[in-house]
Amino acid sequence: MVDRIVTGAHYGLRDWLFQRVTAVVVAAYTLFMAGYVVLHPNLDYNMWTGLFSSQVMRSFSLLFLLAVYVHAWVGVRDVVMDYVKPAGLRLAIYVVVILALLLYVIWSVIILWSL
Amino acid sequence: MDKKRPKHLDLSKIKLPLPALVSILHRISGVLLFLAFPLLLLMLQYSLRSIETYTQLVGLLHHPFSKLVLLGLLWASLHHLCAGIRYLTIDLDWGVKLAQARASSKWVLFVSLALTALIGVWLW
Repeated sequence: MVDRIVTGAHYGLRDWLFQRVTAVVVAAYTLFMAGYVVLHPNLDYNMWTGLFSSQVMRSFSLLFLLAVYVHAWVGVRDVVMDYVKPAGLRLAIYVVVILALLLYVIWSVIILWSL
Repeated sequence: MDKKRPKHLDLSKIKLPLPALVSILHRISGVLLFLAFPLLLLMLQYSLRSIETYTQLVGLLHHPFSKLVLLGLLWASLHHLCAGIRYLTIDLDWGVKLAQARASSKWVLFVSLALTALIGVWLW
């Protein structure tokens, strides 16, 4: 084995994998929802809330939303890393994005479980 | 080899290859969707909270301006989804040759625009 010093924070591969796993979850939920809407052209309020009444659907929806937020974090962080060079501004954007995503998590739980 | 080639990294002069266009649009659509999270969550909340907020939301979405915003977000979602699927296949080492990569880029651009147009007509 080559004895070499690897630099970096070592989160690259983990984030790369997170981005792909969450992408598959998001794609699966999106296709499910698209299928549901296509199969129910006369969707009304009762059917819509009925869909979200089971714990399984609420959990699946929360899983989807959490996957979206993790995916968004990795994606936004990569974009900011590439285009925003001043360290202070970059840090400020990270703080705002992290706080926003944490708030969205709480908001998502409230939306799904206060039906 | 000493060729005199014009060498510049001026973005306004570089013609983006198709895969690069798909890539930058993947980023732009991703950022757009991130910025739209509060709006989308609010829509989900209104659609579920009560019959009154549901009716209110449906009324709001009938406004032409909301339809334009929705169509924009729909394109962003579809492009991000199609380009994302393309990247997953590339991760699996599928379609990595230049000709295939160009062809799949065309498909991503075409399918996301065509689906947006199709759903747009259906919504309008």
